Amino acid sequence: MINKDQKINTKLFDKNPELKSIRDGFGEALAQIGEKNKDIVVLTADLKESTRVHLFAEMFPERFIEVGVAEQALVTIASGMAKEGKIPFTTSYAVFSPGRTLDQIRTTVALNNVPVKIVGAHAGLGAGPYGSTHQALEDIAIMRTLPNMVVEIPCDYEETKKATDEIAKNKLPSYLRLARQESGQITTQKSPFKIGRAEILWQGKNPQVSIIACGTLVYESLLAANELEKKGIETIIINNHTIKPMDERTIIRSAKTTGAVVTAEEHQIDGGMGSAVSEILSRNFPVPIEFIGVPNLFGESGKTEELFKKFKITSKDIIEAVKRVILRKNS
Amino acid sequence: MVKNSNDLSKISREVRRDIVKMLLEAGSGHTAGSLSMTDILVALYFGVMHHDPKNPNWKDRDRLVVSNGHTCPALYSVLARSGYFPMQKLKTYAKLNSSLQGHPEREKLEGIETTSGPLGCGLAQACGMAYAGRLDNSHFRVFCTVSDAEHDEGNHWEAVLFAAKYKLSNLTLIIDRNNIQIEGNTEDAMPIEPLKEKYLAFNWNVLDIDGHDINAIIKSVDEARREDSKPTAIIAHTVAGKGVSFMEGKAEWHARVPNKEEAALALKEL
Repeated sequence: MINKDQKINTKLFDKNPELKSIRDGFGEALAQIGEKNKDIVVLTADLKESTRVHLFAEMFPERFIEVGVAEQALVTIASGMAKEGKIPFTTSYAVFSPGRTLDQIRTTVALNNVPVKIVGAHAGLGAGPYGSTHQALEDIAIMRTLPNMVVEIPCDYEETKKATDEIAKNKLPSYLRLARQESGQITTQKSPFKIGRAEILWQGKNPQVSIIACGTLVYESLLAANELEKKGIETIIINNHTIKPMDERTIIRSAKTTGAVVTAEEHQIDGGMGSAVSEILSRNFPVPIEFIGVPNLFGESGKTEELFKKFKITSKDIIEAVKRVILRKNS
Repeated sequence: MVKNSNDLSKISREVRRDIVKMLLEAGSGHTAGSLSMTDILVALYFGVMHHDPKNPNWKDRDRLVVSNGHTCPALYSVLARSGYFPMQKLKTYAKLNSSLQGHPEREKLEGIETTSGPLGCGLAQACGMAYAGRLDNSHFRVFCTVSDAEHDEGNHWEAVLFAAKYKLSNLTLIIDRNNIQIEGNTEDAMPIEPLKEKYLAFNWNVLDIDGHDINAIIKSVDEARREDSKPTAIIAHTVAGKGVSFMEGKAEWHARVPNKEEAALALKEL
């Protein structure tokens, strides 16, 4: 059942739940933060509108910088500004940055240790009809290997606002991964949030499986948990929104409670959030794990919801993975 | 700390000797570019830039981005001779636990404005610094050195466009035009000429100078200061391996270091 301490949206399981845009949360939060903090500057590579920084651009034109379709310049110019005390947010699609800009991020942001905020929009399968060229399924793997880097994946509109706010303040190189598609409102303004702390959104009485999810898959996981509960299968749902530094304590404790884990993310299984969870558990408390994610394939054109079905990352697939992992645990 | 050009030439000679010794000691590094960059760096640190070795983070200091980070033996020697750290430290260049990394790192050594080595990234960072400085109404100037072969990199040209768009007149680029890269002559690996015309076409102010004439370097930077609507590119024509006859103009010395005998010969000439 829903963990009441989390103050999550009570209408979450309604037939037609309210959907909100994660990137709107980012754009609105950034404009608000920009008002209070004059060090915030925003750079985009010809994607002002679709990364939702047009609000900021209208309000603070002198602190908004258009670099053209030039992602390498986007990151390196931001690095120079960060070194001078600015807090630059760079926005592009995740396939382009961090996708194209790994070297620039690695050397001039992470190694240089300056607080550039890399915002990767349309991450996952959200670019839908644009096809695999525009679907970033490798960015978590890229970014989580970089020393000094914070990697954050909010699950909904409200959480994105809080994540944007915290990242603006954390004084660290950071990556904010944003999905394109609208998603169900899970958290509320009152929900607790802290970078580096995973949240237990759902706590079964005698849970048999921990479902550890991030981004849009948190919603799918909650739908799965709700269905599983009706069938008498209790679970724990962890919103594992910070990929780096990951909340090892919460993950290990949950694995000790349930003895079985399903991870779920809109990303390649290889090198993603689930891989990070499995590294933690192999070192500390090995349990059977099933991975929900894209299985080493490129995406393709289609509606995002169709792609979710094709690549088996829906709530139904999570339910099947839960059943599989219970069998493995008990075998 | 401005000195007359005779004094600066003496410093250049000492810096070149330091470079040869450092490269011999480390057994690793880039010889030709370090020697071609020497007069540019000496001119900047001893004749041009406002900086304070005792207060490396002084807010109003001029910034220098050495985009061609592989020439750092020259940079380290100039920093030491300016008083940023003791001369003995030069012996530790590129060795384990040294703050003088094989390519310069901002987090490891005060006085290094930004980490560099992977080519093509420096000018854009300098653009970011210049833009930020203007936002804050700061009066510091931003200098950036690049190699000629860095002009093969797309990231560099993105920054060239950007600096012109935002009319970053507080930014001065100095190009170490030594005509060589690992593969040989720059014009064989990837022709970049006509370089001056390229920068002019990109709406930059462009100056052409002898990169070993310290007076000319200082004068050209003064001229760049007077330009108030464009960034300036100074094409400093240099000689790879400058000062050592058997290295001069030879691409093989790009990433090769002298052995004991070669170092002795080189030091004799310097």
